[in-house]
This record gives sequence, structure tokens and C-alpha cells, in this order.
Amino acid sequence: MSSRDTIVAEIPRLRRYARALTGSADAADDLVQETLQRALEKWRLWQRERDLRPWLFSIMHNIHVDGRRRDHRIDFCDDDDLPVPVQRASQADALELRDLERALALLPLDQREVLLLVGLEELSYAEVARALKIPQGTVMSRLSRARARLKALLAGETAPQLKVVST
Amino acid sequence: MNAPISEDDLHAYADGQLDAARLMQVETWLAGHPERRAQIEEWRTQAASLHRAYDRVLDEPIPARLVPAANAARWLDARKLAAVAWLLFGAAIGFFLRGETARDPGAAVALNSLPRQAAVAHAVFVPEVRHPVEVGADQEAHLVAWLSKRLGAPLKPPRLEETGYRLVGGRLLPGDSGEVAQFMYENAERNRLTLYVRPAAPKGAETSFRYAREHNVDVFYWTDSRFGYALSGNTGREDMLRLATLVYRQHDK
Repeated sequence: MSSRDTIVAEIPRLRRYARALTGSADAADDLVQETLQRALEKWRLWQRERDLRPWLFSIMHNIHVDGRRRDHRIDFCDDDDLPVPVQRASQADALELRDLERALALLPLDQREVLLLVGLEELSYAEVARALKIPQGTVMSRLSRARARLKALLAGETAPQLKVVST
Repeated sequence: MNAPISEDDLHAYADGQLDAARLMQVETWLAGHPERRAQIEEWRTQAASLHRAYDRVLDEPIPARLVPAANAARWLDARKLAAVAWLLFGAAIGFFLRGETARDPGAAVALNSLPRQAAVAHAVFVPEVRHPVEVGADQEAHLVAWLSKRLGAPLKPPRLEETGYRLVGGRLLPGDSGEVAQFMYENAERNRLTLYVRPAAPKGAETSFRYAREHNVDVFYWTDSRFGYALSGNTGREDMLRLATLVYRQHDK
């Protein structure tokens, strides 16, 4: 077994995903670093998982979500009863970003995660479900919404109505 | 069985996640639904744009803070280095052991085994192109002094020039009961050997020469009164025996 199967080889992919997820090189590497540290603390647990990669993505997901809560950022919500995507006011700046980055930044976090794990990281739906600890049916509905939303955003449509909700 | 084609099937088709039978059914269905085929193409275009935008990250050098680096500033920061090295070890060992421990919860004690740890350390660092060692052979005096101090007893990398292997350098690693040293050697064919050296257990018995094959790495190992040694390589048992014998004799003097 070559060491390419080990965690070292996963670092570039963790960085790619984190870059797309956060939209910032520094924030992405902070996230990767924290993910690697957390994996160190918990590595004994991961033997139960089938694959290293979904496990690492799941650690990264938890840290990212915790970090957003800690920073009192406003979380996106996937519930259908919350039809308006919640946005940070400062994300108006993101409209200046180039098309794709801008569109990604405007995607609700839970949709962005699924879209990136499937489209960019090419995880299977089952792996995405495991990484995000959600049912596979939820993976599919978020994927479907993410793709429709991304299409609309790339076509130049802005978020219908933005409102800031404090947490 | 021909379940109706669902939205999920179309996504799975776009993502190449359908089994062969379902794939055929969706193909057939799409022939009569060109508008849905266009939608699938759009999804695929989205994924391709993501790759165009972010695949460049894969080719970027990994920032030093994310991997154990070879430069002096790094290993002076021993705590940080230890954390990352532990991580590499933990992950690598966890990865190697996951099947075994699933069968036998007691197998965790195997973590203590010298050949296994040596093989994991070998597998982790041998493919390294940029940072195979922390201190290069060009600073051998420093390397020897440093590792001897950290392991608490005089330690010298064996000379293997007669076999065509030259010393690349060495690094300090955390073992399960303290510091461990790893020396790396390379020959003209770019084969790499690693010699893993850890302090002997206080009441540990000296053992003679032993062989183990761990995860496609050939490991010869033994202990003397001061250290446990393990020589790891990938050039086959016979070749490794020859090399290990040479190393063994140098330390046995």
C-alpha cells in the first residue's frame, strides 16, 4: 500500500474544496489546517468509516459550520419553509466577484457543500450523505436546488430578496 | 423492472453514478426527452466550470504549515512539528489498521510493533519529493548531534556507500513512547531505504535479526541495549537482507 492512500495525499483535495467553499485562500488553508488537527485528535474513530476522504470532508464540514456560528455569521437554511435565502449584508460585495465565485458565494451553504462535493470532488451521493450526516434524499434535493440556483445566478439573476437574520 | 425515470436518476446520470442497467433505461428515456438531455448537459457544464476554476489549487505547492517541512525554522518549532507528524502517523496507522482492528479490537497493541511503525514512516516519507528529510546529509555533523541528543544516546547513521546508497538525511518523529529518528538513503536508481531508530524499552530484551513484511514494505528489525532498529525498503527481501546485514554489523560493533 503506498502512502498516496494516506492523508498526505488528501491535502490538495481538501485545499481545493475549502477554496471553493470559502472563496478565500487564507480562510481555506485555515480550515484545512484545523481539519488536519481535528483529524489527528480523532483519528482512532475513523477506522469505523469506510473511506478516509468522506471522513475528512465531514470533519471539515463540522469545523466550517462551527466557525460560522462562532463568528456569529448568519447561517443559510435549507428548510423549504424558509423560502428566502438568507444573506450576509456584506455579501453584496460578492456581486463584484467574477461569475462563478460570485454565484457560489450566493448559494446557500448547504447547497454549496453538496454541489461542490458532487461536482468538484466527485464523491458518490452516499459519501456526501455520510460526510454531511444527512439522508441521501436530502443530498439529492439540495443538489437539485443548487444546480437550478447556480444556473439562475450564472444567468445574471440576483437573489430575489435578501434579508439579514441575526442568530 | 422499469421504475419511472426520476429527477434523481437524471442527476445520477449526469454524475456518472448510475449502474449499467439503470443507465441504459435512462439513455433510452432521454432519447425521447431532448429538453432533459440539455439540462443534463448544463449540469455537466457547471461541474466542468468548477474544475476549471479550482483544479489549479491541486497543483499549488502545499503551504509549509500544512505538512512537516524540512527547513530549520520548522523543526525548531517542535510542538507544531510533533502535531503534524502525529497526525501523519495517526492517519497512516489508522488507515493501515482499519481492517485488522475491525476484526480484532485487541489489535491496537500492534501499534507498538517496531516493524509496523517503521513501515508506516517509510511509506509516508519515501514518496516525498520536496521534503524527504528535515536535515540533509550536507549537515551530517549537526544531524548526528541533534538526533543523538533527542534520543538520549549516541546515534550514527550507518555508511552504505559500498552498496550504492548514500545518506539523504534524517528527521525526528514522535513514537509511542518518545522520540524516534529516521534516516533516509537513496541510490542512483532512486530507490529509497529508511532506517527507523527508537530508544529501547528500559527492560526490553535484545532481539536478534527479524523480518516482517508490512504493507508491501520489507522490514528487517532488531534491538540492542540502546535502540530498536528497523530498515525498510521496497527492493525485495533478498536485497533488503543484504543491506540490513550491513547496517546490523555496523551497529553491532
